[in-house]
Amino acid sequence: MKKFLNTPDGYLSDALAGFAAAHPDLRVDIETSVVSRAGGPVRGKVGLVSGGGSGHEPLHAGFVGDGMLDAACPGEVFTSPTPDRFLGGLEAADGGEGVVLVVKNYTGDVMNAQMAAEMAEDGGLRVRQVLVDDDVAVEDSTFTAGRRGTGATVLVEKIAGAAAVRGDDLDAVAEIGRRVNAASRSFAVALTSGTVPSAGRPGFDLPEDEIEVGVGIHGEPGRRREKLRPARELVGEMLGAILGDRPLSAGSETIVLVNGLGGTPLSELYLVFGEVAKEFGKRDLAVARSLVGDYVTSLDMAGCSITVCEAEPDLLELWDAPVNTPALRWGV
Amino acid sequence: MDAFTAGQATAWIGTAAKAVAEDKERLTELDAAIGDGDHGANMDRGLGAAREALAALDAAGPGEVLTKTGMTLISKVGGASGPLYGSFFRTTGKNLEGAEPGLAELAAALRAGLEAVQRMGAAQPGDKTMVDALSPAVAALEQAAEKGAALAEAARDAADAAYDGAQATIPLQARKGRASYLGERSIGHEDPGAASAVLIFRSFAEATAT
Repeated sequence: MKKFLNTPDGYLSDALAGFAAAHPDLRVDIETSVVSRAGGPVRGKVGLVSGGGSGHEPLHAGFVGDGMLDAACPGEVFTSPTPDRFLGGLEAADGGEGVVLVVKNYTGDVMNAQMAAEMAEDGGLRVRQVLVDDDVAVEDSTFTAGRRGTGATVLVEKIAGAAAVRGDDLDAVAEIGRRVNAASRSFAVALTSGTVPSAGRPGFDLPEDEIEVGVGIHGEPGRRREKLRPARELVGEMLGAILGDRPLSAGSETIVLVNGLGGTPLSELYLVFGEVAKEFGKRDLAVARSLVGDYVTSLDMAGCSITVCEAEPDLLELWDAPVNTPALRWGV
Repeated sequence: MDAFTAGQATAWIGTAAKAVAEDKERLTELDAAIGDGDHGANMDRGLGAAREALAALDAAGPGEVLTKTGMTLISKVGGASGPLYGSFFRTTGKNLEGAEPGLAELAAALRAGLEAVQRMGAAQPGDKTMVDALSPAVAALEQAAEKGAALAEAARDAADAAYDGAQATIPLQARKGRASYLGERSIGHEDPGAASAVLIFRSFAEATAT
């Protein structure tokens, strides 16, 4: 394992300390692992919180700021935060109008978030949860834990965050978040495994010429392993899975995220986006807004995910609203 | 009829913390095969914290010890195993009254703990989860209690039943948790949650052997 590390045990706290030093407009409580606005919650605005295992940076702490999250609670690497940590995030985001908690659909995240939401409601805080489950690589059936929450999380957090700024009430903000999730589908391919610092070796073995098709953001194996193929073929298959699951009619407007998993050069991501754009042209679909870069990563995994969200005009308007966070910033 | 004491409950958790620490690598490898490779580290962190929390506890009975253990796991572990094992111990503890409950009371409390795990995880036996080891272990304790067996003997039966249950997860296809994403590729691997449940019941047998 080659990483910039002092000790594997100190990985998370050292990284959070650096995040705090780089972003003085955010409050980083390393002890409770809660990142929030330095000025505290915005009075009169619905709060928006997300949390999950670390290792997916900039998700979620990188999205705390104006127009997006009020607080984030990172857990240990690839491990859901405990209920106490989720609760800390909920309390830090409470501006008196209730809090929407964005949860990625993983067994642990769902359980810990549910416990925290109950604890918060016992304390009089109104909480609504938005579950993100956009990964079409997993069949949603009684034989699985359901679809995983991946790239669409960024879109949900951005758009629900803008709805909260607009003044929507608690149920309306949650509803917007659920609409974005329902309109989004994602699919990922890994070229290499990521390495969890405490494990010290790659999470799975992938031969030099093979790829994992349908990989999850913790390196969970996907649909199958196969030989590496040209990007245009891989993108064709990824989009085939996405659009096969949720067909779009010709002329639909979309937000498309081509997301790096942590170890992929931006040039490769743009190459992938180019293939997406060509494929969209063939299908008479419009990319109304694009986002290309590392947003939901899997440590140092090489690979990418594609997320397609069908965006009606009101969602596009919320997407375009100003946002000022460490990882997403425009209109300010 | 011998009783289950706070001292034995504390020894149980201490032994389990040691057993998981020693077997951390194997749990991590099992989890890396069909999950995300953090089960060993998470259980080690959680049980280590529970052992520390118990050192400062002057418990009136074993129920209090197990409740404290559960609360610590919930607040220290995260992931799925935190709420699941946390609820298992917490609910067991809450259902275990008195300073020295007998085997039948202990078996009934563990049954309540198992039910809490199944409720939270919506898991049935055969889904390839920790339930596949916990469930036969609890059943073995109940059977031993009916026969009027001694605690030490019952605990050995439970540990053996947990082991057999965990081994039986190998040919199963996972239906819950991250392993379920693998579909048929989960077949041929022992479930890491069931493997840690074996360590926990073996520790129980060790702590009650006299």
